[in-house]
Amino acid sequence: MTTRLSTEELEAFLDSLRRLLADRCTEADVRRVMEAGDGHDPDLWRHLSDMGVPGLLVDPAHGGLGAGPAVLERAMEELGASLCPSPILSCVLATALVDGLGDEAVAARLLPGIADGSTIPAVALTGPRAKWTADSVAVAASQRGNGWQLDGQAAFVLHAALADLLLVVARTDDGIALFEVSPDAAGLQITALPAFDRTLPLADIGFTGVEATRLSPAGDWWAKVEQALDMGRVALAGEQAGGARRVFEFTVDYARNRHQFGRAIGSFQAIKHMSADLLLESESAISAARHAAQSLADGADDAAQSISLAAFACADAYQRVTADSIQMHGGIAFTWVHPAHLYLRRARADAQLLGASAAMRERFIQQLGG
Amino acid sequence: MPWTDEELAAEVRAWLGNNWDATRKVKAESFGRSPYQPFLEQVLAAGWAVPSWPKEVGGLGLSSAQGRIIEREFAAVGAPGAGQDRHNLWANTALAHATPEFRDEIVPKLLTGAVGMCLLYSEPGAGSDLAAVRTRADLEGDQYRVNGQKVWTSGAAVADYGMLIARTDWDAPKHKGISFFFLPMKQPGIEVRPLRQITDEAHFNEVFITDALVPAANLLGPLNGGWGVLQTALAYERSVMGDGARGPRSGKAAPKGDGALVELAREAGVLEDPLLRQDIAQVTAWKILNRLNNARAKAELSRGTSSPIMSLGKLAMSRILHQEARLRTQMLGAESLLEGPDHPRAEDANFLSLNAYFTSIGGGTDQIQRNIIGERVLGLPKEPEIDREMPFREVKSG
Repeated sequence: MTTRLSTEELEAFLDSLRRLLADRCTEADVRRVMEAGDGHDPDLWRHLSDMGVPGLLVDPAHGGLGAGPAVLERAMEELGASLCPSPILSCVLATALVDGLGDEAVAARLLPGIADGSTIPAVALTGPRAKWTADSVAVAASQRGNGWQLDGQAAFVLHAALADLLLVVARTDDGIALFEVSPDAAGLQITALPAFDRTLPLADIGFTGVEATRLSPAGDWWAKVEQALDMGRVALAGEQAGGARRVFEFTVDYARNRHQFGRAIGSFQAIKHMSADLLLESESAISAARHAAQSLADGADDAAQSISLAAFACADAYQRVTADSIQMHGGIAFTWVHPAHLYLRRARADAQLLGASAAMRERFIQQLGG
Repeated sequence: MPWTDEELAAEVRAWLGNNWDATRKVKAESFGRSPYQPFLEQVLAAGWAVPSWPKEVGGLGLSSAQGRIIEREFAAVGAPGAGQDRHNLWANTALAHATPEFRDEIVPKLLTGAVGMCLLYSEPGAGSDLAAVRTRADLEGDQYRVNGQKVWTSGAAVADYGMLIARTDWDAPKHKGISFFFLPMKQPGIEVRPLRQITDEAHFNEVFITDALVPAANLLGPLNGGWGVLQTALAYERSVMGDGARGPRSGKAAPKGDGALVELAREAGVLEDPLLRQDIAQVTAWKILNRLNNARAKAELSRGTSSPIMSLGKLAMSRILHQEARLRTQMLGAESLLEGPDHPRAEDANFLSLNAYFTSIGGGTDQIQRNIIGERVLGLPKEPEIDREMPFREVKSG
């Protein structure tokens, strides 16, 4: 169930979120989390949870706000703008996977903890080939007595080390299925990976005879997994669009104020023209992300196509804006202490998660009929 | 007694029922005098032409919202002539800046299509840098003598008047020595020559002006204040300009919609090419994004917040048109060596490749547009202009 927020309610919510982030997710906070390496700030997470952010998609019956993808996307713009280190993307994927089951008992057991921020979920969706497609899944499930066991490898799992709940997509004899695994299960080996974006903790997970509960019914469940991935892509697009806009703003601000050769560098056409081009990129990313989210919220026939478009348009825009931003700043942005590279790192990471731009363009042209 | 919206709509509908005969509809030329002149006179007399203007200049003193109601009723039956207070660039410019005598003479003619009009702005040496015009107007008694050359003039051959910017003070800085005139076009000193474009079409003209005369009464705004008048005219022009992009010209039924490039690739047998597929997806995405951006800008505008997106359409369209043309050419390969009616796909690809420059150069180049976005939208400082305060006769040209 989706609760419709009025424009005023949405603006008020976003305004509180902006204030919280301005207060508790400063560049210094991001760097502190980055140094710690676990990509998580429990204090910030508690505040975000108090506002209902982890449960934006969760039905009010299970303690969430049930605000739907359009509000989620707008919130993600704010989180992206402040480089917020948090397990929000895992919450989105987990909620969408559970919602896809349509199983009230499972929802009632798993969603309240996600909604109030006390359960940090991790979602193992892809194997070492990491294309976030059905044939990339490298965990095999086999029946053991009345239950199931998992063997194989999951890769690039976000926030796995912190997880209280592990959802695993695995291959069975009747196709792809969804499993729940206890993070303490025997035979589970979580290996942290050295992540290029140090605010985004990644892990490989090895499965050796791990006991698992099958959540999805008999039959192939990939279509539902793809739907959950699409919800994740909407969230990611929002993060990318919000990040791109923030970087664009501080870059143009620098061009207005930095003086060389006796003039603001933004008075030089070389910089001015780059700025105009980046405005087109960052505004197009906002349009794409919001349209995709609204299409999904409205259940539009072409929602998946709009999501493909947003996925590659926002990924590419974020990468271009962050890369050009460093160039436009010059030497200062080549230093570790300048924030530009933090955004570039996030942009490069986001561009790989849940499927790369080229794959999304290919999906898009297929949806166009090609 | 003011009308309610419903009363007004009913009034306009009834009036149209009595006065508009849809069977009179003709294929209207874009330029020259209007074929609807008698009907437009009735429209003006009834007040529907410029309803938001004051009564003494042909209006009804209505709100612009009620003006839209009138426009909607006219549009519903396909009748011309409403909404000219928003769209008629000539009449609005004259209303704002002509002397009362000239205004009373010319505005009714402009509103009834009794005169054809053209724009005499750009010159070979003043395109993007419009304030560098060198066409001169010299006062002789109660008229000005005009000499110079204008270019990119649509409709010059059938125009009765041209809105002209000409230099009237060569010692003032470039923006401060320009005046704005309604120049009579049908006189011996005006020679109009079609200008052949790279597409081998001729939509524009060159206008050579040799000792042409314009009455001093046809001066709009103050002497040497023409740059300000021009800004009014340009604002109206921008508000009515579409994106100027044209589709293929082969006349062959071409695939339309977001899947158009996919269909073209399929027809050409190259849809399986993975690099081409990526490019088709990208260009199609740009088209959709431009649409989404425009929709968002409109929504923001209707909520009263100005949107930076408004300024981006031209850059977005230029990129789309050039890239789409390149893609179409790539799909055809050697077939694009050909042209003419027997090779419609090649004709389209080649035409679109050339005509894309209409958008990326026309109305100010993309490079000038980037300056405008940088300066007016993003607040970046202007590049120092070395000729801004210099007497114009010392400004280098050529």
